[in-house]
Amino acid sequence: MSKSSKIGRRERSNKSGYLFVLPYAVLFTIFILTPVLLAVVLSFTNFNAIQFPRLVGFLNYINLITADETFMQFVLPNTVKYALIVGVGGYVLAFLLAWALANLPKVPRTVFALILYSPSMTTGIAMTVLWKIIFTGDQTGYLNSWLMDIGVINEPVIWLVNTNYLLPIVILIGLWSSMGVGFLAILAGILNTDESLYEAAAIDGVKNRFQEMLYVTIPSMKPQMLFAAVMQIVGAFQNGQIASLLAGNPTPGYAAQLIVNHIEDYGFIRYEMGYAAAVSVVLLLIVQIFSTISKRLFGED
Amino acid sequence: MAYKGHKINPNKFEVGQIKILLAVLPLVILTGLPIVFIVFHAFKPMQELFAFPPKFITTHPTLDNFRNLFKASRSAGIPLSKYVFNSLLITLAVVFSSLIFSTAAAYSLSKLKYKGRNTMMQINQLALMFVPVAVMIPRYLVVNVLGMTNTYWAQILPLIPLPVALFLVKQFVDQVPDSLIEAAYMDGAKEIHIYLKVILPLIKPAIATAAILVFQQVWTNMEASNYYVNDDGLKTLAFYMNTLTSATTTNTVAGQGMSAAASLIMFIPNLALFCILQKNVMNTMAHSGIK
Repeated sequence: MSKSSKIGRRERSNKSGYLFVLPYAVLFTIFILTPVLLAVVLSFTNFNAIQFPRLVGFLNYINLITADETFMQFVLPNTVKYALIVGVGGYVLAFLLAWALANLPKVPRTVFALILYSPSMTTGIAMTVLWKIIFTGDQTGYLNSWLMDIGVINEPVIWLVNTNYLLPIVILIGLWSSMGVGFLAILAGILNTDESLYEAAAIDGVKNRFQEMLYVTIPSMKPQMLFAAVMQIVGAFQNGQIASLLAGNPTPGYAAQLIVNHIEDYGFIRYEMGYAAAVSVVLLLIVQIFSTISKRLFGED
Repeated sequence: MAYKGHKINPNKFEVGQIKILLAVLPLVILTGLPIVFIVFHAFKPMQELFAFPPKFITTHPTLDNFRNLFKASRSAGIPLSKYVFNSLLITLAVVFSSLIFSTAAAYSLSKLKYKGRNTMMQINQLALMFVPVAVMIPRYLVVNVLGMTNTYWAQILPLIPLPVALFLVKQFVDQVPDSLIEAAYMDGAKEIHIYLKVILPLIKPAIATAAILVFQQVWTNMEASNYYVNDDGLKTLAFYMNTLTSATTTNTVAGQGMSAAASLIMFIPNLALFCILQKNVMNTMAHSGIK
C-alpha cells in the first residue's frame, strides 16, 4: 500500500480510537452521565429510598416553588447572594489578582500565587476545624478575643450560631478558597499574551495599564476567561457544603442554608429523594445559566 | 513622553511595581494567615491551647497533638495505620487509573478520527460544569445498584472520571504536531506505541497537572466513605480526620489541638505535590482555553 493512502485511511476512520476512549467513556457514563439523567428522572417521582419510585409529574417542582417556604425564604436568596459574591465576585478578584501578579517579577509572583492558591486545596473537610477554632463563640475564641482586645465588641459573639453572621462567614470562607484552577488559568493566560500586542496598542492610543487590561489582555485570552469562569462557578457551588460542616444541617435558622445543603437535608436526612432530585436539577440549571452568560461574554462567536 | 506599553512578566524589580505590591500584599497575607495559624495551632502544647487570652504564635512547639491523635485512634478500635493504608490504596488506584484513562481518551479525542468523536468531546466539555454534590443521591443509587456498597470499588471507580483532567490533557495533546505522529506511523508504529512512545513523553506537564487535580479530589474525599461504605475498616483517613473535627471533639480544647494536627496531615501532601509540580501546572493552564 502506498504511503499516502495508508495515512489517508488512518485519518478518515480509525476504529482504534474507540478502544482508547472506551475505559474513560464507560466510567464517565456510569458515574457522571447516569446520575445526572437519573436525577432528572427521579425529580418527577416520589421516592423514599425503600419503595419503588412513583411518578408524580411536576409535583416536586410545584411544591418547590409554591410550598417550600424554607427554599423560597432562605435557600434561594442565600444561594443567589453566595453565587454572586463568591462566584462572580471571586472571579473578578481572581482576574485582578492574576493581572497584578503578572506585573511582578517571577519569584514574588510564584510565591504569591502559591499562597493564594493554597486555600483551594483545603476545600471540604481539611480545614473546617480551622474556622471552628477561629470562630469559637466564647471569649477564648481567637476572633472574639482579638475583637474585644481592640475594642470593636464588648462581649463575645456566638459566630456560628448567630443568624446574622453565619452567611457572611460562609461567603468569606468561600472567597478565601476560591483562587483555584480558574485563577491559575487566568494567570497563565495573561502571562502568555503576545508582547507585541501591547506595543501595537500603545501606538494605537492605549494610555495606561487599565486600558491595556480592557482592550488587549482580556480580548486576547477569552478562551481562558471562559474556562476560568466555569471552574469558578462550579467551585463556588461545590464549596457550599462548608455551611453544614460548620454549623450542622440545617444551619441555625436556615441562615446559611445553601442549595447543596438543602439537597443533603432532603436526600440524606429526610429521605425524600425525589424532591431532593428536583432541587439537584435546579442547581444544575443555575450552573448552566451562569456558564451560558460566561459563554455570551467570552465565547468565540 | 508617550505611553509605551508596559511589560507583562517583567524580569526585574522596578519602582512602578511598588503600588501593585502594596495592593496585593495585604490580600496575600490575609489569605496565608489562616494556614499559618493552623500550623502554629497543631504544634501548641496543652498550656498554650488553654492560654487566655488565646495566643496566635506558638512559643513552645510540641508534638503532643500528633501523639494524642495516634492514641485516640488506638482506643477507637481501628488503628490509624488501617485508615492510612485505605487512603493510600484508594488514592493511588484512582490517580493511576485516572491518568491512564484520561491520557488514552485525550489521545483518541485529539488525534484519531472516527464517528462520534466530536459529540463525545462536547459532552465532556459540558461536564466541566458537573457539580458532584448536586447528584450525590443518584450517584449513591448507582453505586448501590451495582452492588459496590461496602467495597473499595465504591471509593475508587466513581472518582476516576474527572472531566477537567481529560479536558486539560486533551488541550495539551492538541499541541503535539500531527507530523510527529504520521512519521511514527510510517515507521510502522501501532497506535498503542504512538500513545506510549510519542504522546505520553510530550505531554508530561499535562499529566502532572491532571495528577494534582485528581489527587486533590481523592485525598480529601469524604463523600464516598460517608455514603457508600458502612464498614469502618474500609473508610479513609479523610473520613477519620473529619470524625475527629466533628462537633463533639472540637468543643474540647485538647480536641482542637488534635484536629489541627489532623488538618495539617491532610493538607501537607496536597501542598507538597503542588509545589513540586507547579511549573507543569502553569504550562498546562496556558492551553486551558475553551473555544
